Amino acid sequence: MLRRIKTALSALASCAMLASLTAFAAPAKPDTTATTPQAVADTRQNNTSTADHSKFKELDKSFKTGPEVTEACLICHTEAAKQVQHTKHWTWESVDPKTGQKRGKKNIINNYCTSPVSNEKDCMACHAGYGWKDSSFDFTIEKNVDCLVCHDTTATYRKLPGDAGHPVYERREFPPKSGKFVDPADLKKIAQSIGKPSRSNCGSCHFFGAGANGAKHGDLDSSLQHPGKYLDVHMDEKGLNFACTTCHATSSHEVSGSRYNMTAAAKGPAHIRGNPDSSPAACQSCHGDKPHPENKTALNRHTAKIACQTCHIPEYARNDIGTELSWDWSKATVMGEDGKPFVRKDSAGRRAFDSKKGAWVWDSYVIPEYRWLNGVSTYKVIGDKIDPSKTVQINEVGGSPDDPDSRIWPTKVHRGKQPYDTVNNILTIQHTGGEDDTALWHNYDWQKAIGAGMKAANLPYSGKYDFVSTELTWPITHMVAPKEDALTCAQCHSKNGRMKDIQGVYMPSRDANKLLDMAGWALVLLTLIGVLIHGGIRILTSQKKG
Amino acid sequence: MTTNKIYVFKRFERFWHWSQAMLIIFMLITGFEVHGSYSLFGFGKAVDLHTLSAWTLIGLWVFAIFWHFTTGEWKQYIPTTEKIVAMIRFYSVGIFKGAPHPFRPTTLKKHNPLQRLAYLGVLLLIGPLLWLTGWFYLFYGDWQAWGVDNFLSLEWVALFHTAGAFMMLTFLIAHVYLTTTGHTPTSHIKAMLTGWEEVD
Repeated sequence: MLRRIKTALSALASCAMLASLTAFAAPAKPDTTATTPQAVADTRQNNTSTADHSKFKELDKSFKTGPEVTEACLICHTEAAKQVQHTKHWTWESVDPKTGQKRGKKNIINNYCTSPVSNEKDCMACHAGYGWKDSSFDFTIEKNVDCLVCHDTTATYRKLPGDAGHPVYERREFPPKSGKFVDPADLKKIAQSIGKPSRSNCGSCHFFGAGANGAKHGDLDSSLQHPGKYLDVHMDEKGLNFACTTCHATSSHEVSGSRYNMTAAAKGPAHIRGNPDSSPAACQSCHGDKPHPENKTALNRHTAKIACQTCHIPEYARNDIGTELSWDWSKATVMGEDGKPFVRKDSAGRRAFDSKKGAWVWDSYVIPEYRWLNGVSTYKVIGDKIDPSKTVQINEVGGSPDDPDSRIWPTKVHRGKQPYDTVNNILTIQHTGGEDDTALWHNYDWQKAIGAGMKAANLPYSGKYDFVSTELTWPITHMVAPKEDALTCAQCHSKNGRMKDIQGVYMPSRDANKLLDMAGWALVLLTLIGVLIHGGIRILTSQKKG
Repeated sequence: MTTNKIYVFKRFERFWHWSQAMLIIFMLITGFEVHGSYSLFGFGKAVDLHTLSAWTLIGLWVFAIFWHFTTGEWKQYIPTTEKIVAMIRFYSVGIFKGAPHPFRPTTLKKHNPLQRLAYLGVLLLIGPLLWLTGWFYLFYGDWQAWGVDNFLSLEWVALFHTAGAFMMLTFLIAHVYLTTTGHTPTSHIKAMLTGWEEVD
């Protein structure tokens, strides 16, 4: 009898165990690898709208072009285009409020694709507008503002290089000779289903800067469309699921939080969006400048010198996509053994060489370089003199240990080698994209490409060029890791830690006064020897007597 | 030779002494780790433990200072030159010959003149140096709010704090050794434990 009860009980127990196992089993994980921008079904955001655009008669017609759609939008949203026309997304220009310098893609030369000037048809695929194909573009025409690139929720709206910012109107093979085709956008459907910008809207340009996924920023790439908690605590799809605009709170189409005018040292308690003088995109706007629990005063002490990002983004490009660390334009126009242009990928399948563009070095899980930043960055703008005997700083980042508005920030330093005019000592503008005779990617002739680029930029060109090393320094601020993955104390507080090149701040464990240490230990050692000798003699003399 | 016993250290005094001793030794261990001399608890843990011990020690001092003033025991540290030469002679010569200790402690004068000087130095120099610099170290994040960040540098604060630590360690070594120079090698330690000191 007893045995029977035992058997029955154990059978019951195993059933219960099985049941609980199935109950807790995780559902199959969806494949989240994506290489091209894809729609995120962000229902949470779009359901909040008080308008259903598919019910608007203004949108119930077949649109042939982007500007036609914009005209329809502007019937109701009368001020929208004017607002956009004041933003960097439209002007590609940013004025430094402190120095007055005009920066922005329109004015600077970087060390990725260098400059859009003379290459507008290609580059303006990422302009929030239609038709910027050369310097004659009229920035006042409202219908040329592109509403859809930011507000499309279907992820079918694509703008390709060569169209000066227009979407695809006719089915086209892209990339050329790839066998892949891009269908024209259904502008009516897109217009009728517009919504707030999602991660894929922003990402369609910001993830793919410099012409490849993750290449440019390192802390922005397509993995942020469906991130897990490991990659980004705020954007974690199963957690907080922030959109870009959750932090980059936007008002009148002005998107907050810009690298050009960055807030390097936000101070004071959390104000969320309540302080017009403070950037909503700064961590402190929600977390305050004493973000750690009160019993962690040692951590809160750090905010006087260190940006949140320094500890909380221990590495950037934390995925296999990676980011570009250098771009060597001097290798462009090098042909294969057969005399023809060729491309080569690295072991992770990322572009490593292209006869059109030169050579790249990529890396993943990159340890940032740390710098004092105060948020003021002075750029080399088109026509600025350079000193080719030194590595040219594309941007001189402001900041010093004594400046109360400076913090230690993690940065991505992108190292380049790019052409300059050896007589005039200016970085050159080169005409790269296009099918004409002077385009570098068509004819592989630097001389012609620089000639055409400099002419388009109204710059003198001596006819002599060479390549100069350059550095571009950007703050790292995305891909905030879970707190468990933040830097630990000893990663900086040690002799050869992360901060080994940071000057102007005393760091316990990293720094010590050598003279004091020597004198101190000598005093200790002498005292020890002294008492040992004294004690030894006492023992000896007492034994003699004893 | 007959052995007499006198009651020198009251219960609170002994409690104060030993808890302070443990805290100071522990703070030396954690402190020099924070300084980067070795790795034991790990930097972050060492900082936490050092800070916790510091607050505990401050609490202990509040009681100790109160005790010293209410009992008048602070007078024990008033320096004197009386017998000071004799003391030095004893430690450098006499002790090896089995000469009698020139100082005989009483309840009213329990420290010999060298002890008085040494302890006064610890209480008025090394101690304040450590806790003043430690305080600024601890509240580094508030310097800007206090308006002291313009003339105070963490480097100098750390330098003086470390210097204080070296002096404290030196004192500790000498102090521990000198406890063996009583009537018998253990009589001083016994006194500190029980309160009763054996005297000649």
